[in-house]
Amino acid sequence: MTQRIFARLLAALVLMLAATVAFAQGLSGDVPTIDIKNGTASATPIAVIPFAFEGAGLPPDTDVAAVIGNDLNRCGQFRTLPKADVVEYPTRGSEIKFPTWNLLKQAYILVGRQIENPGGDIRVEFELYDVAKQQQLLALAITGQRTGLRDVAHQIADLVYEKITGVRGAFWTRIAYITSTGTGNAIQYALMVADSDGYNPQTVVRSREPLLSPAWSPDGTRLAYVSFERGNSSIYIQEIATGSREVVSARKGINGAPAFSPDGRKLAMTLSFAGHPNIYSMDLASHQITQLTKGYAIDTEPKWMPDGQNIVFTSDRSGKPQLYQIPASGGAATRITFQGNYNANASIAYDGKHIAMVQGNGNVYRIAVLDKTTGDSKPISVGNLDDHPSYAPNGSMLLYTATEGSRDVLYAVSANGRVRQRLVLADGDVREPAWSPYRQRGQ
Amino acid sequence: MKLPIRVILTAVVASAALAACAGKNTKPPAAEASAPPAAAQPENNGGKYTVESLDTDSCLRQRVVYFDFDKSEIKPEFQAQIACHAAYLRQFPGARVTLEGNTDERGTREYNLGLGERRGNAVDSALAAAGASASQLNVVSYGEERPVCKEHNEGCWSKNRRVEIVYTAKQ
Repeated sequence: MTQRIFARLLAALVLMLAATVAFAQGLSGDVPTIDIKNGTASATPIAVIPFAFEGAGLPPDTDVAAVIGNDLNRCGQFRTLPKADVVEYPTRGSEIKFPTWNLLKQAYILVGRQIENPGGDIRVEFELYDVAKQQQLLALAITGQRTGLRDVAHQIADLVYEKITGVRGAFWTRIAYITSTGTGNAIQYALMVADSDGYNPQTVVRSREPLLSPAWSPDGTRLAYVSFERGNSSIYIQEIATGSREVVSARKGINGAPAFSPDGRKLAMTLSFAGHPNIYSMDLASHQITQLTKGYAIDTEPKWMPDGQNIVFTSDRSGKPQLYQIPASGGAATRITFQGNYNANASIAYDGKHIAMVQGNGNVYRIAVLDKTTGDSKPISVGNLDDHPSYAPNGSMLLYTATEGSRDVLYAVSANGRVRQRLVLADGDVREPAWSPYRQRGQ
Repeated sequence: MKLPIRVILTAVVASAALAACAGKNTKPPAAEASAPPAAAQPENNGGKYTVESLDTDSCLRQRVVYFDFDKSEIKPEFQAQIACHAAYLRQFPGARVTLEGNTDERGTREYNLGLGERRGNAVDSALAAAGASASQLNVVSYGEERPVCKEHNEGCWSKNRRVEIVYTAKQ
């Protein structure tokens, strides 16, 4: 019994060490620099006042208020008061002089303090006020470790976002993406996972052969992806916490575009072993596959509708790639895109009504959002070779890849297209972003 | 003097059209492809090539077939290259090639995997139509993942839209 507990402790320790190493490697080479490209005048003004520290030790390294402010700014719906305009520093509701913030035309004000617990943990207390009504909207506390204060800050941003907009926040989430560094024979690919703002990058898997198409399991614990490490494309599913993984398809031809069903029981994918790329659905318990599309066209990039009943995919059956929808059990396909001569790689918002996609016109490829109700689509990116949109779980923002000069970079863009934030690696390319589902505590 | 040239040109174009037709949707399913063991085939071509020819013969040294944008039809100028590789494969039944299909960077990565495979299959069909055995041919698509040129213009894109004929066994 004691031995077993010891073995478990040892295993846990090894895991922690491995995680630390991966984290450190991530930080040394792959820290993204982040810059906000443009703000928006119509966004809601909010003052996020620096949180005071109350404790005997040194204040934590993380500037909690700055992380919250950055989250609120990049979603496009808020505009934080610039630091230079913050004239008073209340840390609790009773210290707020409302006329000051009214004069500064702030709709909301967030104040807080970080209190050091005897054990070393930090208890972050915060209060949100409506400035005009002088009314308290939130008064809560979240406790976290010193090293986990970015997580705490993202959770506070989520609560503030939800209180004001009525929609669940998605800042405390993660993003997966592929990096490639080096050239020629020295090229290295990595599948990475980071916080939604690009911080805390961790390596999930490295390869000397191309990696692409990461896809999250609905519980956020696993990633499916395509790797060429066996010489041809193969689909893997990997547990993020342990690194353990399995090959789920390594058939002749293409094994591509994996996508978990909303209930996590199936994996849609593209397979061409029978001669042409078609959409299949794999039962993950038995690994049995069911063919969903037929024919000579390229059918690929399957994405599940949120209800799990239908799948949207790319097909060039009409000549150029367009988006189609089929029942998840197979059947007749219905074309859903009619604007633009190239529409591919759908990302479906949680409401099932908005579908982001790559829209090509001539040599220009941009991210456009299709309103499925009206059939209209609007571009929300401004590059020439933009690719791979991925919605945040609350539909407020999207990630996509842009090619700038000789580099692939990531952009986070507000769903209205107004605010764009760029995530650039110090060295190499970053692409194929996939936004995680909501996180649960303990994940 | 002019007449023979025109005749040859016509012949080349005609065979290209045939090959293009053959390349489209008529590839036999993989199961049928493993048919008679290649070793049983007689040496035809009168032993024209040696294994060294792969490094010395000006036609066999050509190992890249280029394509037009979003197309997978083999252009007439690559017929001679297809023909000499097919002849080599006929002569050396133990030889094996992997046909690596590639695209330029435009469009989505997963769609381009499909497009690269379509190009690989076009070369596969053309080599098979010219006498190579299906068991000698293997297609892998890399889509846009392995560009030889990384600028964003047609001059570069045209170099990336290609199938590379890679010998994995020479005899």
